[in-house]
Amino acid sequence: MAIDCLVLGAGQEVGKSCVVVSINGKRIMFDCGMHMGYTDSRRYPDFSLISKTGDFDNALTCVIITHFHLDHIGALPYFTEVCGYRGPVYMTYPTKALAPLMLEDYRKNMDRRGEDGQFTSDHITECMKKVIPVDLKQTVQVDKDLQIRAYYAGHVLGAAMFYAKVGDAAMVYTGDYNMTPDRHLGAAQIDRLQLDLLITESTYATTIRDSRYGREREFLKAVHNCVAAGGKVLIPTFALGRAQELCILLEDYWERMNLKVPIYFSSGLTIQANMYYKMLINWTSQKIKETYATHNAFDFKNVQNFDRSLINAPGPCVLFATPGMISGGFSLEVFMQWAPSEINLITLPGYCVAGTIGHKLMSGKPTKIDLDKDTQVDVRCQIHQLSFSPHTDAKGIMDLVKFLSPKHAILVHGEKPKMATLKERIQSELGIQCYCPANNDTVTIPTTHYVKADASDAFIKSCLNPNFKFSKSSSVDKSYSGSNDSKAIPGLQVSDERVAEGILVVEKGKKAKVIHQDELLHMLGENKHEVQFAYCFPMRTERLEKTRSEDLPSADDLLCGLDKCTLISLLSTKLSNELSDGNIQDLGEQLQVESFCLSICLKDNCPHRISDSLQNDSEVVFFCCSWSVADEMLAWKIISIMKNYTLPLEGRLQVRI
Amino acid sequence: MKFTCLRKGGGFHFPACHMLNVSGFRILLDCPLDLSSLAFFSPVPVAHEAHKSLDTDSVIRKKQKMEKALDANDLVHAEPWYKTVKSLHLWDASFIDVVLISSPMGMLGLPYLTRTKDFSAKIYVTEATARIGQLLMEDLVSMHMEFRQFYGPEDSCFPQWLRWEELEVLQYEMKKIALGKDCEELGAWMPLYSADDVKDCMRKVQTLKYAEEACYNGTLIIKAFSSGLEIGTCNWTINGPKRNIAYITNSIFVSTHAADFDFVGLRGNDLIIYSDFFSLGAAENMENDNTYFDPVASLNFSDDVNNLEEMSASLLKDDESTEEMEKLAFICTCALDSVRGGGSVLIPIDRLGIILGLLEQMSVLLESSSAKVPMYIISSVAEELLAFTNIIPEWLCKQRQEKLFSGEPLFEHAKLIKERNIHVFPAVHSPELLTNWQEPCIIFSPHWSLRLGPVVHLLRHWCSDPNSLLVLESGVDADIALLPFKPMAMKVLQCSFLSGMRLQKVQPLLKTLQPKLVLFPKDLRCKIQISEANTIFLYSESETLRIPSSKNSTEIEIATDLASKFHWKTLKQETITRLEGELFMDYGKHRLLSGSHPADSKQQRPFVHWGSPDSKGLLTELSKIGINGTIKKVRDDTESESAAGVVEIHEPKKAVIHVGETGTVIISADENLASHIVKAIDIVLDGI
Ligand SMILES: [Zn+2]
Ligand SMILES: [Zn+2]
Ligand SMILES: [Zn+2]
Repeated sequence: MAIDCLVLGAGQEVGKSCVVVSINGKRIMFDCGMHMGYTDSRRYPDFSLISKTGDFDNALTCVIITHFHLDHIGALPYFTEVCGYRGPVYMTYPTKALAPLMLEDYRKNMDRRGEDGQFTSDHITECMKKVIPVDLKQTVQVDKDLQIRAYYAGHVLGAAMFYAKVGDAAMVYTGDYNMTPDRHLGAAQIDRLQLDLLITESTYATTIRDSRYGREREFLKAVHNCVAAGGKVLIPTFALGRAQELCILLEDYWERMNLKVPIYFSSGLTIQANMYYKMLINWTSQKIKETYATHNAFDFKNVQNFDRSLINAPGPCVLFATPGMISGGFSLEVFMQWAPSEINLITLPGYCVAGTIGHKLMSGKPTKIDLDKDTQVDVRCQIHQLSFSPHTDAKGIMDLVKFLSPKHAILVHGEKPKMATLKERIQSELGIQCYCPANNDTVTIPTTHYVKADASDAFIKSCLNPNFKFSKSSSVDKSYSGSNDSKAIPGLQVSDERVAEGILVVEKGKKAKVIHQDELLHMLGENKHEVQFAYCFPMRTERLEKTRSEDLPSADDLLCGLDKCTLISLLSTKLSNELSDGNIQDLGEQLQVESFCLSICLKDNCPHRISDSLQNDSEVVFFCCSWSVADEMLAWKIISIMKNYTLPLEGRLQVRI
Repeated sequence: MKFTCLRKGGGFHFPACHMLNVSGFRILLDCPLDLSSLAFFSPVPVAHEAHKSLDTDSVIRKKQKMEKALDANDLVHAEPWYKTVKSLHLWDASFIDVVLISSPMGMLGLPYLTRTKDFSAKIYVTEATARIGQLLMEDLVSMHMEFRQFYGPEDSCFPQWLRWEELEVLQYEMKKIALGKDCEELGAWMPLYSADDVKDCMRKVQTLKYAEEACYNGTLIIKAFSSGLEIGTCNWTINGPKRNIAYITNSIFVSTHAADFDFVGLRGNDLIIYSDFFSLGAAENMENDNTYFDPVASLNFSDDVNNLEEMSASLLKDDESTEEMEKLAFICTCALDSVRGGGSVLIPIDRLGIILGLLEQMSVLLESSSAKVPMYIISSVAEELLAFTNIIPEWLCKQRQEKLFSGEPLFEHAKLIKERNIHVFPAVHSPELLTNWQEPCIIFSPHWSLRLGPVVHLLRHWCSDPNSLLVLESGVDADIALLPFKPMAMKVLQCSFLSGMRLQKVQPLLKTLQPKLVLFPKDLRCKIQISEANTIFLYSESETLRIPSSKNSTEIEIATDLASKFHWKTLKQETITRLEGELFMDYGKHRLLSGSHPADSKQQRPFVHWGSPDSKGLLTELSKIGINGTIKKVRDDTESESAAGVVEIHEPKKAVIHVGETGTVIISADENLASHIVKAIDIVLDGI
């Protein structure tokens, strides 16, 4: 059995996320994104690799979309409406609610750019009708064999990591995620799962970020300085996600600093989006959920709609304009007007896809930007790059991989050289096989397979009985979350000799059985044959050496009653000092360690003595020992301890004499 | 598995309560309160001094009372107590392992349990039920506090009315409330819990989403599936190593507000426990019903998808939601008639779904008939409850979810409140209510028992107004409920709302779910026909049923890569091997995986031996490895051909092997030699 991963997008790059996973006969497409850096056919994943004939309904079991960002959903209307996929599509409630807004906004911007829209408004509507919304943690039975489940991913409202399981094989595809809470969202949260494969994003494969607070302050200071000097601030963002987060930040700051400078949204879209955010408040951070009754954080007081005529109006302002990364549309239009003035400010997100103007602005400090061969823009304005991001940093990725401990990991959604570094770390530090496939590559990994057997009650009971080495896996450990609200799901783990007491019995034509070793002989109709060791050997004592000359009564006479007990208890003390394990029981005239049993032997011709060992004289005390096969090593260890030890009996026995 | 019905279901407000014993775990199914017994108490202080003393006069007076019709003075004028599930007190709360709560109503008795010393069970509730249930309990506590302001706190911990002398002389109806049908329920009465008890209870609750897997103790997988009754209500599946159980409570196939009854999620379970049903008393007549199940058709059942869709369609076909909407429309027209006639309308219905539906329909009707009548909602928790309904799209029916996707509010009330068509107040004495007050009006307010809450004041205000209308749920005993407000001139409309599955749906549902075993209430058995394909167990209150286990063993999964490394031994018929690795018990699965630390090359030596060794054969095996000796026969060997004997080893060192019928003893002073001898024995004996 194996899992095949065909990477159609986001292989060694960011953009058009799309991985098709074949797992035990099921085929799942995770994400169906578009690449913002291209306007030609390269903007979509190469769907022909899924099915040459275009029969996608039979080629795929389902499509799963992790969140509403275009690099994860941008190609979906094209795939369902133009390519004709009609099977089920799963995404979370917020993603289903917000995705049409994102897609519509993108489509409009493309129209303005005068390109083929590739999909229409109707396409978006029709496409969304095929979507089955899911809640977090809800176990969805896609069909008889395929189970999927969404986990909170932070990142944007409704973003989810998806778990998929077919038969014995299980995997997680993370989409984009954030391991630390931000202004409006909580941190990613997932259960400890048994995984064959983890496919994770790796946008910040090598970056380690410090506190978000300082970086937020830097941003606010830059914005404040600009508007205080009468400048205009352009914040190119997508309509949803970052816009709300920054807006909460600015609102809060505006209130505190009592600023009156207008904050604009370029389209009614963002304001409309707030309606959705209010209904979906349960998907935001704990803090925002709690304050909901008194003040909904998405009721922005200082925010107004923007009008084109305001572009060159005098006075400072802050403008949120779509699309992000200045890939075209309105944000580009405003950029062309505002970029030439040095009092203006343009903020850029932490990451811009190659090919966009945002990307050009980030790489070095260009003074001129060529839009096309006829248009050139002078860039004199200030540029502030946001250094906080809704993506996890390298530490977060490592933490997640370590927590989930999958058998294999695949990195996508990152930059090739950095991914290679992270891959090395995962392999060397965590010992997990890791891959960074390029687009259109297929990675095949083996999966665990199980044989099923019926276990007898006796075996299960013996495993459930608590013993010293029995460990209940720590409950806090079971659920990973950057925040502290993890839920405990206790499970049991037995890794001691009780497992080895189980016997697996396979008989032709019958289901395999696991029984306890005590049940085996009965099952076979055989009688037990006990194989035991015995050894009766002498041990030297100090007292006997001394008392001999005084011709006192023989050792045998003395070694009765209490004295036997004294000897045994002396031995017991000695052994408990020397043995690291084994449960030593002092039974008065006997000593027992596991199956090893020892007592003082007074019989002169004990059948357990080997004649050519030590001289049978009265200087010594004989100990008769017996043990079973299982404790062979332990027994010889005890015997060697005893043989190298002289019993210090003098003081005690003298008194008695 | 054991099943004990602690209390049969009694409609929407009093769900059933059962105890289940699965895989050694005790599971309590719901923990309700019988709020209908609040009727026992009078909500208003009366001048009559009925409780002065127990002198002979008063006893005689009371005896006389027993013969005449019930009046307001027969009610108990004291701070109310609350009736819990009687049989639950017989169980030690500390022995309960899991509590499953199916609805807000099934949660009302929970604080009694959670405040018990040593209570440590895991409580599972859906997120929405937890929130609504908490609000209901808080409301109950606050209404009760208000009641106490009339009577003052009880001075003794054992109230006067609970004394046997008092109970003995009660009217029959009253006695029935106090003691139950079998006169056994006296111990079920409890004073109400406190607000702190409620808080503490909520802290102990673990919330779930629909279809979220909760794993108890690594063994039981517990999942909630929507039941359609109310927002957040659910049925449960409990999957243990030996048994898959579905517990079906009050369920409604198609809801107008809550997520529909998810019966597909209940498939694949071998045991179904049917708990509550909706029935219009004995009136529900099955004989006239043509929805009988055809046993022949069931034989040809196949598991294909078409069939499932077909059956689902048949389950959903006579859509009850239309009928329910019509009932609401009828109430709305009655209300409109009333307000047109200058009377007010009082609706003390506490079902969230009904209120939400009425608010929407009523406002449409009022607007279309241009009646300018205000609607008031008076309840300490109404504001929060209404706000809550607009932020939980995941818990609502498909049509409501569509509103989310088109960016509209899930329920209209937010808009209606903003437009000031609906006014929400926490209490009747809220200053805003007094300044807003306008009659006629339409008021929604708790409590349906007519013993607690704002409804008491309003009813006293309007009870003598023949133009006003009171809307009650059927199931409330109107005669007793209205006693304190007599004489009643007010019109009363009693309406029955669907509150569970109809009996005729039982059969088609079974066909869809295909369980092997069905647990069904004994008293309803005659009303349904169940095909032989299902084994049926009938239960009645306070009886424990033992259900035989269907599987004798637990399934264990062994990783193949691990199994291939086992040391297999072939016997006559079977191959056997000792297990290695780590056994994980999680999510109800037992899995054997390779240990994280490879076993420290433990000696692969059999620990259990069987068969009879042959001394000669042993000697031969020993000589192969350079160990030589002789056989010394034991004394009595003449009579048996057995292999018993003593083998004396001379080479390389001295050793003795006592070979017996049932055991062998190796005597050696040398570790190395002993271990070689054992190896030889392993060859001549069978062992593992
Ligand atoms: Zn993203
Ligand atoms: Zn992305
Ligand atoms: Zn001996």
